[in-house]
Amino acid sequence: MFPFLSVITLSPIAAAIIILLLPKERKENARMMALAAMLLGMVLSLYVYSNYYQNLPDPGTPWRDTLQFVEEVPWVPGLGINYIMGVDGLSATLVLLTALVGLGGVLISWSVEDRPREFFAFFMLLVAGVHGVFVAVDGFLLFFFYELAVLPMYVMIVIWGWEKTREYAAMKLTLYLLLGSFVSLLGFLVLLFQLPAQGLEMTFDLRVWSEANFPISMQLIWFMPVFLGFAVLGGVWPFHNWSPDGHVAAPTAVSMIHAGVLMKLGAYAAMRVGIQMLPDGAVYWMPFVILLTIINVVYGSLIAMRQRDMKYLIGYSSVSHMGLVAMGFAAMNMEGFVGAGIQMVSHGIMTALFFSVVGMIYDRAHSRNMDELRGMAKVLPWAMVAFIIGGFVSMGMPGFSGFIAEFPIFLGVWRGGGLELAAPTVFGLQPSNYYPILAILAATGIVVTAAYILRAIGDVFLGDYDEHKWHDMRPLLAIDKFTLAVFSLCLIVIGVFPAVIAPIVEAGVAPVVARLEIAQQTSHMVTIFDSVQTAAANFIHWLGGA
Amino acid sequence: MSSPITLSSVLALAPEIGLTALILAVMIYDRLLKPDERRKLGIFTAWFSLVILLTTFGLWYFLNEPGAGAVAIWGGMVRHDMATLVFRVIFLLGLMITSLISTDFLEVQRGEYYALLAAATLGFSLMAASGDLIMLFVAMETASISLYALAGLATGNTRSVEAGMKYFIYGSFASAIMLYGMSLLYGLTGVSNLHIIAGTLLGSEADSAVLLAAVLLIVGFGFKVSVVPFHFWSPDVYEGAPSPVTAFLSTASKAAGFAVFIRFFLAGIVGSPNPNQGWWNILVAMCILTMILGNFMAIYQTNMKRLIAYSSIAQAGYALIGLVTLTVDGSGATMFYLLMYVFSNIAAFTVIILVSNQNGSDDMKDFYGLSRRSPYLALAMMLALLSLGGIPPTAGFFGKFFVFRAAIEAGMWWLALAGLLTAFVALYYYLSIIKYLYLYRSDEEEIEIPVPRSYKVALAITVIGILYLGVLANPAFEWTRQAALAFFAG
Repeated sequence: MFPFLSVITLSPIAAAIIILLLPKERKENARMMALAAMLLGMVLSLYVYSNYYQNLPDPGTPWRDTLQFVEEVPWVPGLGINYIMGVDGLSATLVLLTALVGLGGVLISWSVEDRPREFFAFFMLLVAGVHGVFVAVDGFLLFFFYELAVLPMYVMIVIWGWEKTREYAAMKLTLYLLLGSFVSLLGFLVLLFQLPAQGLEMTFDLRVWSEANFPISMQLIWFMPVFLGFAVLGGVWPFHNWSPDGHVAAPTAVSMIHAGVLMKLGAYAAMRVGIQMLPDGAVYWMPFVILLTIINVVYGSLIAMRQRDMKYLIGYSSVSHMGLVAMGFAAMNMEGFVGAGIQMVSHGIMTALFFSVVGMIYDRAHSRNMDELRGMAKVLPWAMVAFIIGGFVSMGMPGFSGFIAEFPIFLGVWRGGGLELAAPTVFGLQPSNYYPILAILAATGIVVTAAYILRAIGDVFLGDYDEHKWHDMRPLLAIDKFTLAVFSLCLIVIGVFPAVIAPIVEAGVAPVVARLEIAQQTSHMVTIFDSVQTAAANFIHWLGGA
Repeated sequence: MSSPITLSSVLALAPEIGLTALILAVMIYDRLLKPDERRKLGIFTAWFSLVILLTTFGLWYFLNEPGAGAVAIWGGMVRHDMATLVFRVIFLLGLMITSLISTDFLEVQRGEYYALLAAATLGFSLMAASGDLIMLFVAMETASISLYALAGLATGNTRSVEAGMKYFIYGSFASAIMLYGMSLLYGLTGVSNLHIIAGTLLGSEADSAVLLAAVLLIVGFGFKVSVVPFHFWSPDVYEGAPSPVTAFLSTASKAAGFAVFIRFFLAGIVGSPNPNQGWWNILVAMCILTMILGNFMAIYQTNMKRLIAYSSIAQAGYALIGLVTLTVDGSGATMFYLLMYVFSNIAAFTVIILVSNQNGSDDMKDFYGLSRRSPYLALAMMLALLSLGGIPPTAGFFGKFFVFRAAIEAGMWWLALAGLLTAFVALYYYLSIIKYLYLYRSDEEEIEIPVPRSYKVALAITVIGILYLGVLANPAFEWTRQAALAFFAG
């Protein structure tokens, strides 16, 4: 069979190598090469997506059998490391998202003048790394691509970023993300050596892991390191701090990939490795994690309210929206997970759209300050329309993809009380007692979002246009308009016809939810104080054993 | 104990015989050359060592020599096994690439230089192969004395002379202490053959005399691989010595130290390898301290060579992780680590030599804007640094992964955690250098850095090595793992 996933993942790397070997003068060819690789990826991922959509697995299929387009090549067989790629419903969707945002990124960066060859080469590496994480079915391969994706971010922010903060922001971002992945890797390796005790072979193959039932004490200890290590990249409070700084410092295309796809990488890996492999740990800890995510949602949007720099505004709004993804996970039911999956896609396209608009304005006005910009609608009407569409998505307006994503999340959290039989209590409260309250609180985050988005539209696009001050404003290029139109269209299509995405996401998250449901029925009723003691005792016992 | 001299026992010494021939040949060739043609010496040495390397490898690949088991030959003086093979390949690679990057380093253009390099390699090779205390000591001194001379070879440069002197004084102390340890072992068992010593002491648990011997040996070996607290010589020596010598010292010499380190502590020569041994605690403490100190000190360096010196102290800590796991996988991981480290570190030094040949110093400022001056040099340097930092798709990622995995397999997840956290610190300064290369500007951006052909070849070899081991690590991994089994074969 044609190796679709390998070609999608590795063709940008091949493009990067060719671009680096081109002579300095031929930057035109560098761009074309990048575009060709992205178009190829787009076509193939569309094929993968539609093919998966037509062959959806039956409900109740174990994860192992929901994978399609599987490729398997031995890599370091002595250690159980294999090159295995495959997609389930969620990753097929996210691969398509990556291809879309990557393509948009190349189009937006068409006029990069500073060292374009290196720019496109590193950008290709970044896209390849992100694709790789989504299609990896081997734990080692996942880490390999995960770290491969972080590095080009560093180089691109440092070289092409905003002069004022790039060195600081790039280093901060890279170190945060690598530290997170190191912690996850440690937990992953510790669990690896528990596999033989399960009667399973010692392998990095996640299909085997998805059937493991680790001892509850191990899960309680190692769930948080593994989950949070990845969730750092998903922007979970209080580890979100790298993200707005990174967004602001990065060049437009990198901000798009960064907020649009890279943060999903964290959420995806946290779900794939954290929740799916350690469901008992998830059932125990998620009622606490939801408290973090509520801070993400509300606090993130309140901080966004205070920003006058458009990129910081969108950066903090990303923190707030990514909080909703983690919140969907924390609901631990089908509604929550489907919502989280769609939110990943919706937010990915929405932020890509936002950042491309901000990038276009900044390229022309050399300012992102909302106090300086006024009346931009007059010269950049397309940008305004696109920003408004993004804004509607952001505030969850029906008819746009944001609604399709956020409504199930709130529903799921509200319904989270259904877990009361099994879930532990938090400070004496059953989840059924406080999940609905959290749903209401989170919904207030949406109100705040509406406030800052509408204000931003008013400040930047409306009002009197100063002809004199902006005398050298250029209108948008056709290529810019095209990019904006594609992104906006995707948001509206998902909003109007959720059926293009919902079934496939549902098929993707169903195995995870199934594992969580089993874990909920089997795990013990423990109160927070008892269980901390138990966990500590287990830990000490285990230390002694080791 | 006598064994007949057979063809296979002669073949087992093929690399040593070849290196001896190389020493003589390079001295004679030197006399035949006009003074301005001396750079041919380096190319000659590189070709010659490539032939030895291919012969050594070919003997294994085609004639299965050494086989899976260990053979003691030459009256028990030499042990011929897979581990010896892996280390010989590491040393010969080090020799070959170092000679390539010496060709345009003016201070060392002498016949003696290449002869000493080959002599040191001969010493390393015998260290890895020695089966007897006496053989080991003679081999170590062969290597060390050559290295003292090499470090001080740039006689016109006071810092180099200082480096040679310092290295000599520290080194002879360390040797003397180590020799005391060896004499204790001899006194305890009455024999000097390592195999018999291991047979006698294996199973002994808490014998304080053995522990004392082990501690004294740790001093000697620890000096060779420059782990904390026996690292004090290395930043000064690395900075002062001519750069190609530093490249050689920090890779091949370190690997040789690890060869004997692993042999002594895993084959049961100082008691059976298990965590109840007193020396195990010492090794673990040294390992953690080395990683912490090496990396934190490196952050503050403003001289590139000195920074790499501290980073290579830290790297020894990671290689040591594999050793202290006391498992087959662990020592295999250490060998893989050393193999990838040869490529990574020499790649970095190649770029350093080229830049400092042009600018006349190794200051960090000279590396500003390198990507605009010579994009390919900057790219090679970036790959080398990423490999040292352990970021895919470079060899270092697998190197670090294998040692951490081995540590966790042995139940030492805390050691892996220490390793991961310090690797994280290391990334800070490696990434900072990448920033200097790519972001910072300098006034000399227009002046391209000339890259002679031998340096291009050296860079090509090292970069291909870094990427090959970083993507297709399996053959090398299986190879080192097979070699690690030889240590436990007894």
